[in-house]
Amino acid sequence: MFKCNQLVMGAILGVAVAFSSTTFADEAEGLRIAKERKARDEGWEDSSANTTMILRNANGQESERELRVYTLEVPEQGDKSLTVFDSPADIKGTAFLSFSYISEPDDQWMYLPKLKRVKRISTQNKSGPFMSSEFAYEDMSSFEIDKFKFDFVKTDTFEGQQVYVVEQVPTDQFSGYSKQVVYIDTQEYRPLKTDYYDKKGSLLKTLVLEDYKLYSDKYWRPTASVMTNVQTGKSTTLIINEISLKTGEVDERNFDENRLKRVR
Amino acid sequence: MGRSALKPSLLAVSIALQGGINEARAEFSGSVSVEQRYFLQDAIYTAQPRAQSSVALSPEWFTEWSDGDNTLVFKPFYRFDQEDSERTHYDIRELIWTHLGQSYEFRAGVGKVFWGQTESLHLVDIINQTDLVDAIDFEAKLGQPMVSFSYYFDAGTLSAFVLPYFRERTFSGVQGRLRPMVPISNDVAFYESDDEQSHVDYALRWQQSIGDWEIGLSYFTGTNREPLLINTGSIEAGDLELFPYYELIDQYGIDLLWVNDSWLYKFEGIHRESETVSFFAGVAGLEYTWVGALGSNYDLGWLIEYQYDERDSNFFVPSQNDLMLGVRWVWNDFDSTEILFGFIQDLDNTNSYNAYLEASTRMTENWKWTMNGYFFATEDIENPYYFIRRDDHVEFNVEFFF
Repeated sequence: MFKCNQLVMGAILGVAVAFSSTTFADEAEGLRIAKERKARDEGWEDSSANTTMILRNANGQESERELRVYTLEVPEQGDKSLTVFDSPADIKGTAFLSFSYISEPDDQWMYLPKLKRVKRISTQNKSGPFMSSEFAYEDMSSFEIDKFKFDFVKTDTFEGQQVYVVEQVPTDQFSGYSKQVVYIDTQEYRPLKTDYYDKKGSLLKTLVLEDYKLYSDKYWRPTASVMTNVQTGKSTTLIINEISLKTGEVDERNFDENRLKRVR
Repeated sequence: MGRSALKPSLLAVSIALQGGINEARAEFSGSVSVEQRYFLQDAIYTAQPRAQSSVALSPEWFTEWSDGDNTLVFKPFYRFDQEDSERTHYDIRELIWTHLGQSYEFRAGVGKVFWGQTESLHLVDIINQTDLVDAIDFEAKLGQPMVSFSYYFDAGTLSAFVLPYFRERTFSGVQGRLRPMVPISNDVAFYESDDEQSHVDYALRWQQSIGDWEIGLSYFTGTNREPLLINTGSIEAGDLELFPYYELIDQYGIDLLWVNDSWLYKFEGIHRESETVSFFAGVAGLEYTWVGALGSNYDLGWLIEYQYDERDSNFFVPSQNDLMLGVRWVWNDFDSTEILFGFIQDLDNTNSYNAYLEASTRMTENWKWTMNGYFFATEDIENPYYFIRRDDHVEFNVEFFF
């Protein structure tokens, strides 16, 4: 019904108002929401989380991975993150280092402890799966305004909460997505759900962020992030068992590709 | 999915890690593996087996203190081989203390260091000796006694190494395959330096990531890890013996990697000088990864590398003018299944080539199997593969991680 009304409205307004100005207004609102989302999540400085990654195939079989994720907030440049795997045992000690940049492709390295070798990951691999999960490398990188073009779609409700529906189109040609549709709650500007569309424009994956908890009286983090591939039926759940922000205890020295080999 | 769904052991891990990255901790881990080698053809030399079983044990103790500024790793290694007494061997892969300062790192003990970027050949990598009897692919390394200091600054990382003791390369014994007509001696080695194994070697390395580039420059002066072979006696008299001879060398190395879109461009080059030889060797190549090949969940990585060496071939230097083609097939499944196939063609001699296949997958949380195949072909008596031309083999390995 709402959609229908919009169409009728659009048709009527379309005669009087140029399309460009309508589009412009939506883009401005989209950008405003994105900027507010970013602004409300600034200043956490660092975080360290113990996480369980549960991989699930289409038959419902599960496989678990234990990982620690350390993140450093780098304002005006893009965040740095370091992920260390504790299980399964044969990949224990494998580390993934990522430097997000606002307007250029991220730098990413993988450390393979058995070979004592640090390998650079090619830029386009960002659309590839992160450690066999339904999360792509690019899904693991930080949210930055310049990585997308935004468009406000509508206001809606999602699981009883009022949300802004914002469409964001990746600016990087090597992104695996044609667009993402994000449902952001109007109270706290937290993303509650993201729909990822593949390069052909079909819905590929849905990310649902559950059980948000407040840390340091300011920063919201979801306890569970469930990424479901709607095309294959596979899913990955990331559960934060424990997280601490703004501790000042995350060792900045470890965010260096030359030091990955000593990360445990 | 709530926290209650987590297993108790996982909760224990999270409790142990509550303090985050800076808390002191101690860990014990490692693996036990059973390996079965099967050779596809009868041996050339008498006493060599058709099949070979072995068991390897690789535990690891790790502890850190003073908020992670100091760490100690102890990683011994032992392999028992049913056929080849020379392959039954032990080693200290690592026993090293690391102290981390704000902008430096100091290490002392027995350690392992890897340098380089290419896949088919590791020319620049020189700190550790190859444990050749353990793995024919040159990837197994012996622990190297060292003291090293690394300084981290804006222009990269500068590392200096003092290597006070030399490790001799390991070779197959009489009952082993993958050797020349007589085994290379594991007991007697000759050295250019009168100090022999006690000659102190030094190395320097600078390493830096600049945008899409990874750059490494290195210098090494000391005992060559790659021996020359000298022989006494003769085949006719039946008293032929082969001994390794370790020269003193100076080696300059460069390794580069450039990321461009979906391509990785790689290069390694060395210039080595010794009393007998002065030469350049290089390997250059590229890797393209096709993520989600043909709309599937698989990644297909294509590798091409060209190997060049100014030297004439010897037992350890088969690649003068060779081309490697490889495919890495990554399944992106629960069990991290991966298959790598490589084919190396000698461009000077169409009959000389070798190939390898490496496949691995996880069976359960703690068990993993690996299958490796190595194939050698040459009709050229000058080619080092001539000695092992009938040593094509498949090895199946089951490993338990604890």
